[in-house]
Amino acid sequence: MMIETATTSAPYTHSAASVQKTMTTVILALVPATAFNLYLFGWPAVFLFAVTVGACAAMEGLALLISGRRLMPTLGDGSAVLTGWLLAMTLPPWAPWWTGLLGAVFAILLGKQIFGGLGQNLFNPAMVARVALLVSFPVAMTSWVAPHPLFWTGTPGFLEALAITFGGQIPDGYSAATALGLVKTGLSMGQTVSQSVGQLPDLMDMGLGLRAGSLGETSALLILAGGLFLIWKKVITWHVPAAMLGTLFVAATLGHLANPERFTDGTFQILSGAAFLGAFFIATDYVTSPVSKTGQLIFGFGVGLLTWIIRSFAGYPEGVAFAVLLMNSLTPIIDQYTRPRRFGRTRRGEPLAPQGDK
Amino acid sequence: MKLFAIRGGIHPEYRKELASDKAITALPMPQRLRILLHQHIGAPARLLVAAGERVLKGQMIAQGQGPVSAPAHAPTSGYIESVSEVTAPHASGLAQTAVVLVPDGKEEWAPLPTPLADPLTAEPQLIRDLVAQAGIVGMGGAAFPSVVKLHLGTQRKLEMLVLNGAECEPYLTCDDRVMREHPDEVIDGARIMAHALGAPLVIIGIEDNKPEALEAMTREAAAFPEVQVRPVPVQYPMGSERHLVQALTGRETPAAKLTADIGAVVHNVATAQAIHHAVRFGRPLIERVVTVSGRAVREPRNILAPIGAPVTALIDFCGGLVGVPARLVQGGPMMGQPLPSLDVPVIKGTSGILALNAEETGEAEAGPCIRCGTCVAICPCGLVPLEMAAFIRTDNLDGANNLGVTECLSCGSCSWACPSHIPLVQYFNYAKGMLKTKERDRTKHERTKTLTEAHRDRLERAAAAKAAAAAAKATTKGTPPAARQPRAEEPAEA
Repeated sequence: MMIETATTSAPYTHSAASVQKTMTTVILALVPATAFNLYLFGWPAVFLFAVTVGACAAMEGLALLISGRRLMPTLGDGSAVLTGWLLAMTLPPWAPWWTGLLGAVFAILLGKQIFGGLGQNLFNPAMVARVALLVSFPVAMTSWVAPHPLFWTGTPGFLEALAITFGGQIPDGYSAATALGLVKTGLSMGQTVSQSVGQLPDLMDMGLGLRAGSLGETSALLILAGGLFLIWKKVITWHVPAAMLGTLFVAATLGHLANPERFTDGTFQILSGAAFLGAFFIATDYVTSPVSKTGQLIFGFGVGLLTWIIRSFAGYPEGVAFAVLLMNSLTPIIDQYTRPRRFGRTRRGEPLAPQGDK
Repeated sequence: MKLFAIRGGIHPEYRKELASDKAITALPMPQRLRILLHQHIGAPARLLVAAGERVLKGQMIAQGQGPVSAPAHAPTSGYIESVSEVTAPHASGLAQTAVVLVPDGKEEWAPLPTPLADPLTAEPQLIRDLVAQAGIVGMGGAAFPSVVKLHLGTQRKLEMLVLNGAECEPYLTCDDRVMREHPDEVIDGARIMAHALGAPLVIIGIEDNKPEALEAMTREAAAFPEVQVRPVPVQYPMGSERHLVQALTGRETPAAKLTADIGAVVHNVATAQAIHHAVRFGRPLIERVVTVSGRAVREPRNILAPIGAPVTALIDFCGGLVGVPARLVQGGPMMGQPLPSLDVPVIKGTSGILALNAEETGEAEAGPCIRCGTCVAICPCGLVPLEMAAFIRTDNLDGANNLGVTECLSCGSCSWACPSHIPLVQYFNYAKGMLKTKERDRTKHERTKTLTEAHRDRLERAAAAKAAAAAAKATTKGTPPAARQPRAEEPAEA
């Protein structure tokens, strides 16, 4: 009888976990928010989404071919699709097709494969792409539109949408400002925060996502649902999202209390922009965030604080992507200082003193 | 009674239901037994018999040699067919020396050592002698000669004997069955051990997925106030000595120390039963309960098998295999040894023989680490498997050493949970082996250096003394220096 006699070591049993399953679960968690926002922003958003996800998968395949590696199982692990998906969610919904394509080059080739592929990259590939696009093509990356749900009157039809995505022209009359953008512009024009916020949808609509914003980030509620699903599925833990949102909320609240005319309040800050998407789906990226729970709390705190600082004091209205990238660069050092305490040793690594009774 | 949390751990599929309701059944005596001389950690035993000789049941056929060793005995009466090299139940598949015994079916006992009339008041050394003669080794799988651990009480003040009935390895049910069917023998063995150790308390920890064992043991322990039976949570690796002691007492064994240094000595429940037999009846360790299980086994069961029985005989006793197994394992699936073939004998440490199908092993090609941190969260030792593996991958063994790779238990939790199927334990076992070799070479080198230096010093001193003597002879001819007498009030050593 022929029996497998390889001399590998135990264990000879394995949990059901796999990378593919993890990626699939994350994608599944993104489906509700994505579906809702594709409906909300209509055909141009659908096209851009398809281009971005397809381009990321294609770039991954291309990189594997160039470097002479097998396409499978790497392409099948879902990580490239997930990167594309997340990138699409952070793009303006009616952005032209080439932002998706170029984004895929930035994300997969420069953000991931150049470091050696999955697991090797220091920075979150989707955020690398978003920031690269934002600084290179500020106009295309800040052309926002108000929600124009599919099949509504006044919404671009299929052909008109093709012209928007592949022709690169957003017709007049559709554009709108994001909440963060409106406040930033208002402040620069000498308006107070309350004057700007007065022109925005109410908090309820903000939470539901009925506002201008990136393709997949506007519905805090559906993103929260996806995030809770991930926590329930044990794909992520609460540490990064809670630390990030908590810090952002507290920092904003303190700022608002100190100067309400200059700083928006905590609720506004966490409900606008990419705060929820960033907290549950981007800052939690395994590869680029710390591995220990303590490290994740520090990381989440850093992202939250930097987000608030960038939004409040820097030139850009939104700060999540920059904050994530900045904290990504600190991940190795956070990991180094937040290793668990070894059994039988003190935190400093000395053997414990023998205990008598306790 | 309070329990304490242990760090990390996992909850693999236990699959104990395959065999847990099967009462222990004795294996019909096979036609041939192959008793290995080296069935324990330590030095191999020295052969006492020769081919052609007749031996009696329980007769010592190989003698322990050295401080850590154990003798081997004939499991039944019969003739020594040969002393030959047989495939050992070890991953290497290398041959080891075994006594091949052909049973004569007479079951004729050899004269046994006189048991102790009242072991619970006997001189501890008498108990230790009987345990040593009986060739008892830890039966949980590690096979450490038990008598060595029974000596721990002579150097330290021990507070308790912890009896390990956790049996946290999936599939294995041999300890469960022993506790259910022979709780009286286990508890008696434990009390004898506690007496030998000078430990006033016995705590028996049993994972609470074994309610019948808990019930039987609790009932049996009721008569003895110094024996406590306590359920511990089902959390692999609860059966690790240090973790079991921590769960039961809250005490954490310091690095590089033994549990005995914090007052507790741990023995397995099956070891306790074997000690009961040795001390009460003078019987050596010649048989053990083996769980034969896995979905590739037709009828999993718990078998009382003579040491040396061929594993094929055990499998046949279970109705044979269903298809070709993906894996053959000795012990549990988490920490067991891969078997090179079924043509190996049962040894004292064989707690289980598993034939696993592909679905059970869940083996898959290893992918890249995605830094998910699962391995860090579950490591019961607080290590960082992903970082250690990264160092080992680049052959930076010192880096892995600094992160504590030598403190890894090889419990397998990290490999089990890794979504990328990275064989982390294999990395660590490799690193531990390499580091040990390096350390051995280093000590050897240092020892040589010290000896060389000492030799040179001695030569120099001799030369100097010679020169001084020659000089003294030349200057003070005829007046030897007065030897200085120490005064009475002067301390001998200042």
